[in-house]
Amino acid sequence: MHELSIAQSIVELAEQQALDHHSSYIEEVELEIGRLAGVELQTLEFAIESAVKGTLLEKAVIVYRYIDGEGRCAECEALFPMEVLFSPCPVCGSYFVKIEKGKELRIKSIVIK
Amino acid sequence: MCGTCGCGEHHHHHEHDHEHGHGHQHPHHHDERIVINLEQDILQRNNLLAERNRGYFEAKHIFCLNLMSSPGSGKTSLLEETVRRLKEKHPLYVVEGDQQTSNDADRIAALDIPVFQVNTGTGCHLEADMVNHAVKHLAPVDNSILFIENVGNLVCPAMFNLGEAKKVVIVSTTEGDDKPLKYPHIFVEADVCIINKVDLAPYLDTDVEVLRKNILNVNHHMQIFEVSATKGTGMEAWCNWLTDECTKCK
Repeated sequence: MHELSIAQSIVELAEQQALDHHSSYIEEVELEIGRLAGVELQTLEFAIESAVKGTLLEKAVIVYRYIDGEGRCAECEALFPMEVLFSPCPVCGSYFVKIEKGKELRIKSIVIK
Repeated sequence: MCGTCGCGEHHHHHEHDHEHGHGHQHPHHHDERIVINLEQDILQRNNLLAERNRGYFEAKHIFCLNLMSSPGSGKTSLLEETVRRLKEKHPLYVVEGDQQTSNDADRIAALDIPVFQVNTGTGCHLEADMVNHAVKHLAPVDNSILFIENVGNLVCPAMFNLGEAKKVVIVSTTEGDDKPLKYPHIFVEADVCIINKVDLAPYLDTDVEVLRKNILNVNHHMQIFEVSATKGTGMEAWCNWLTDECTKCK
């Protein structure tokens, strides 16, 4: 359940931003979560629901932007979608693959009032 | 910062217009929506603290390792045998992470080296601030080796940097040869993999060669050691590697 730690970090980071801007109301938080980031997406959504209770994010709309995995083969340079972390290159079969997208775990933006 | 024009810090008096020092005016209303494009890594706080730990370790030439595995793969047995073999050569320190009890710390303390137990309660992994706290208690000397035994869990510890120089994942032959495929994240993050309990392989369906291949398919940079912590097999190669890496820290 490291998703709960992540949810708490999101709350802390967003609340800090609101305080820095002298705001006490967070309307929206936009997250970018890569599908290869090692986070169970449903668990994270559930963890965030619990973590926002009693915080400035309690009424905030949480926007989830999921980013599909994408890898580049280090041997033949093919770019291909990755559904799991250790996908071999579909063109040449090599496992020497660099993950280009899908490891993101970011707060993209927040909207405060 | 003022969200309307982006000028520097000033006190907002909302619900009325206010004057800026730089010769223009604009209205501020309490209902004004401010969009902050943050683009911030969610794990940033932990990563910053981990870097702080790392700086401390580097400055003191402390070689720090983060040992991760599922419960029961033999992390503590491996540590005990490693400590027995190295304690005359290097100053050693251990941080033990478990949800509850000080059983593992007691086992290490019995070998007469400094150990600090972190109980995470319901937490499933160690974070950088817990290590920071533990290190303050241990006060390791220069040129030492610090082993951090993470909470037994093959999932969560993968995401949390502690400031270690090397991440070590331990997998035992009793867990089967497809663990790296089932739990790839931790194998992707690790620098070193120890295959433990190799003495039991003949009695199991696990094929060590298949396990090696699976590890390397997930992480082709992985350095692999095959050991039996209880029988001593392969321990010399592992301990020599530790000594070499420790020398590189100086």
